[in-house]
Amino acid sequence: MPETLKLQINFSGGAELLFDKIKKHNIELPSVRKYLPDSKAEKWTIRELLVWIKGNLLKERPELFLQGDSVRPGILVLINDADWELFGELEYELQQNDNIMFISTLHGG
Amino acid sequence: MPVLCKTGCGKNAVLKRPKTGDVLCKDCFFWAFETEIHYTIIKGNLFKSGDAVAVAASGGKDSTVLAHVLKTLNERYDYGLNLMLLSIDEGITGYRDDSLETVKRNRDDYEMSLKILSYKDLYGWTMDEIVEQIGRKNNCTFCGVFRRQALDRGAAMLNVKCIATGHNADDIAETVLMNILRGDIARLKRCTAISTGSEGTIPRVKPLKYTYEKEIVMYAHYKKLVYFSTECIFAPNAYRGHARALLKDLEKIRPSCIMDIIYSGETMAVKEDVSLPSQRTCSRCKFVSSQEVCKACVLLEGLNKGLPKLGIGKSSKAKRMLDEYHAKQQMSIDELNKEFQANNCIAKGKTCRSGGCKSNGLISNDCQGNKNKNEHLNEKANEMLTVYLLPDDECIVNGISPTDNDQENFEEIACEGSCGGGSISIAF
Ligand SMILES: [Zn+2]
Repeated sequence: MPETLKLQINFSGGAELLFDKIKKHNIELPSVRKYLPDSKAEKWTIRELLVWIKGNLLKERPELFLQGDSVRPGILVLINDADWELFGELEYELQQNDNIMFISTLHGG
Repeated sequence: MPVLCKTGCGKNAVLKRPKTGDVLCKDCFFWAFETEIHYTIIKGNLFKSGDAVAVAASGGKDSTVLAHVLKTLNERYDYGLNLMLLSIDEGITGYRDDSLETVKRNRDDYEMSLKILSYKDLYGWTMDEIVEQIGRKNNCTFCGVFRRQALDRGAAMLNVKCIATGHNADDIAETVLMNILRGDIARLKRCTAISTGSEGTIPRVKPLKYTYEKEIVMYAHYKKLVYFSTECIFAPNAYRGHARALLKDLEKIRPSCIMDIIYSGETMAVKEDVSLPSQRTCSRCKFVSSQEVCKACVLLEGLNKGLPKLGIGKSSKAKRMLDEYHAKQQMSIDELNKEFQANNCIAKGKTCRSGGCKSNGLISNDCQGNKNKNEHLNEKANEMLTVYLLPDDECIVNGISPTDNDQENFEEIACEGSCGGGSISIAF
């Protein structure tokens, strides 16, 4: 098992506006125990990823992206181009080279 | 661990539909999505073969998906429609100019003609200029009223049978909720109608009325449709924002709440004695209006007189503002006349000093040139007065009286750009 977890994170539908208008981010996560020593998490799930995104990528107005420990309702999450609702949402355990996409439905009409 | 498509097609599911809870693969989702819209169109009797139909195109996700699906269904089911795109350029730098580029791409991708109408051409004002005058507080009211009318004017120019708008199920549920929260029963009754329009107006139809926002966005994503997504740069409406957030929170817990709210709106009985406004034509611009003078003309008059708040809020307030305005005007006229008489013993036969006046003689209440000395405003005002046939000797707005139905005439209309499309659905 490598120490780090490589992921591609994408923002679109207007969500990128909260991330310096950058749509595609290649990231490398350290071991979850190192990053979140106080949490009981053993492995990276979407729940911990959101914490990492808040601390590392999110540039402005976190309340427009996050609500509680999840994304704000109206922001869709795709895991490898499929609805996260098929994979347990926050509980989904991230795998090497996963592609996680956040699409806002809240912008424009 | 992949999940299989519910239809048994053998492919992996890509999404869970909020509307039905079904897990479907891409192709089965496309089919379900398009077919439901087809049934909505057929059941609602939205189009007739041979109709010319304008798709109100903003460049956003809803209208982009609408244009794409209508084109697809028109070919698949042989509707025989002549589809075209109609866009309104509000004149918002960095917002609408970018989204219009997206609409132009739609035009090319879908091979439809495109007509763009600008507020500047229609009303003499861009939204940028209006916001400069009124600040950011009520600009959505202006934008909503002007857009509604601009779409009608554009549709009349294109000579279409109806205008198709991209309002989706979430938008309509939100509008139902908003009308309840405002106690606006007249609009509550109308806002769920799939096809709206009365005598003399071009009907609006909402083929996406039962289509969830999530599915629209997923459809656009999987079909790789290009759409423009940004917030209108002017402040959104906070009240509507709360309603929207509430709805999204509820939808997360129980997705069917969207359909349930629409159903409630559709079936709620309105007491007979709730007065619903009747339609007639605006005495100024001759467009359809529920008032003697339509809201666009009232707002325009406010702008052109340097009273941009006119028409925002209660009509009794508008009346008071106009009265104050005219009292002030009368005072300065009296002053000028006094001065004039002091300086000119022989007053008769002199020409009015102000530029725009058409009449000879003493400066009077009738003198247009005196109305507003506010530099460029005045030029615009005169221009608009000619365009909109505002009688230039008429100082009191006839259509406004404190007895008017406040709710109907002067409620707040939300911005379509930032708040997801309330302005049209709550309107007619
Ligand atoms: Zn399938």
